[in-house]
Amino acid sequence: MRLRLNKNHQFHLSLLLALSLVMIALCGPLLAPHDPLETDFIHILAPPGDAYPLGTDQVGRCILSRLLYGARISLGTTFIMLSLIFVLGIIIGSTAALRSGILDTFIMRLADTILAFPDLVFAIAVVGLLGPGIVNTICALAVIWWTKFARLSRALVRTALTSDAVIAGRMAGSGKIRLVLIYILPTVLPPLLTQLCLDIGNMMLALAGLSFLGLGVQPPTPEWGNMLSEGREYLQSAPWLVIYPGLAIFIVVVIFNILGDATRKYLNPHRF
Amino acid sequence: MLSSILRKIPELLLVMLAASLLTFFLTWVSPGDPAEIYFEAHGISPTREALSELRHELGLDRPFLVQYGSWLGQMLQLDPGTSLHTGEPVAKMVKRRFHMTFKLALTAIVLMFFFSFFLAIAATLRAGKITDYLIRLFSFSGVSMPDFWLGLLLIMLFIVRLNWFKLTDPYAPSSIVLPAMTLAIPLIGRYTRQIQAVIGEEMNQDYVVGARSRGCSEWRIILFHALPGALGGLSTLFGLSCALLLGGTIIVESIFSWPGLGSMAIESITHRDYPVLQAYVMIMVCLYVGFNFIADVVGELLDPRLRSDGGRS
Repeated sequence: MRLRLNKNHQFHLSLLLALSLVMIALCGPLLAPHDPLETDFIHILAPPGDAYPLGTDQVGRCILSRLLYGARISLGTTFIMLSLIFVLGIIIGSTAALRSGILDTFIMRLADTILAFPDLVFAIAVVGLLGPGIVNTICALAVIWWTKFARLSRALVRTALTSDAVIAGRMAGSGKIRLVLIYILPTVLPPLLTQLCLDIGNMMLALAGLSFLGLGVQPPTPEWGNMLSEGREYLQSAPWLVIYPGLAIFIVVVIFNILGDATRKYLNPHRF
Repeated sequence: MLSSILRKIPELLLVMLAASLLTFFLTWVSPGDPAEIYFEAHGISPTREALSELRHELGLDRPFLVQYGSWLGQMLQLDPGTSLHTGEPVAKMVKRRFHMTFKLALTAIVLMFFFSFFLAIAATLRAGKITDYLIRLFSFSGVSMPDFWLGLLLIMLFIVRLNWFKLTDPYAPSSIVLPAMTLAIPLIGRYTRQIQAVIGEEMNQDYVVGARSRGCSEWRIILFHALPGALGGLSTLFGLSCALLLGGTIIVESIFSWPGLGSMAIESITHRDYPVLQAYVMIMVCLYVGFNFIADVVGELLDPRLRSDGGRS
């Protein structure tokens, strides 16, 4: 008999995978066999072995420990940023939709302008001009990313405003806040949450990419993107410096993309 | 049709104007002082008088809007000034490097179109079979694959292990293979998924049911019925994936030491060479907005349903 997962199982399974990743990231310091910044000059570029399960880098730091500590930075930054941008984008987008007029025009023009830049090019412009570093990188990505949620939530709220439920709510005498919280939010939230899950992977790739270019998290702080960037000098002699950090990014992004797909099927059942 | 294109142009110019204002504003708020950077690049520690003289010469003591106006005027004449680092005119640097990025991007686009259409059609034809699952697996991995890692893996396999290519001469014809593959594979993954989704939607349309009931074979339906119906929407989606393409060139050029615009931008960041970075950003904005405009127009030509007047003209 063939095992077929229905969409509920798919969603729960991918959620479980994603949560276990978060747990690993949170418990990173407990799981790590070494200090991620501790150098061991006897074991420089040591291949994976007993003392160092994934080998060591050019100054003898444990790759596994650095990956585990790096997980906290990569996942932590992504989650904090995305949740702030998510809330902010929804507030801006729905305000624009509810209070049309000049405010709406201004916000949407601003979003159009920012969207005229390819994502990475804009981030590079901001970080390049304001100086490399994690704070500037986060600001740059936040300035781009809010537009996605703002535009989506504006479109959804505008559609919801003309729906029968909202008209009924208005006829029942609901005030504006009640209307938004009880009639509009529940209908616009599922597509927005789907977008949020799909964006986790994209955000991680953008952050790691900028760190890879030397613009984001700066060494010696362990981060997967800058570990790859440091490791590229040793492609020939120590390939594990490049293989494991990249594999870590890939696996995490795959898991969150699976979660995104599963969420889409789970929350919008009739469309897919 | 023509009027619907013409109506978009003012809007397009407005967005580009706003983007240029934003770019200039970022330079203006940036902590570096171009006059200091200029002296630093030439190994001179300047006196206060020399600094203020150069600032006056560069026009840095004028109000923001005046500076922006003269900068925009220069940009429109395609003369973004001279590099603070080398003193070379930026236009010349761009001219020397543009064709390398163009060659790389064009090769990646060709690869992307060829493989993604091929894979999407194959997956639709063999829906539910092993081919379908393998293609899905490939496109899913392509979407999740960090391009910087992919590039390094390809170098490890084809250059370090197999020794098929060399990294030393980017102008040799064969050296475009790996950078173009690195750029194309994530794009192929994404676009294959999009084509599959759009064709899948068209496959439920009445005209496809009609064609099927007339006894058309499945591949004939996909090639001659569903695909033409889907092309318009796909054109618009292609315009959007250009963001990924243009952003990707920076990373790919940095990995393969490809002497294009992207590596120029990275160098300009290390040297805090603002005129070069500004020129780079504006070129990318023009390309991206231009690509999207063309993709929209082509989409409307191919699919009258996408026109703002519903295809009546």
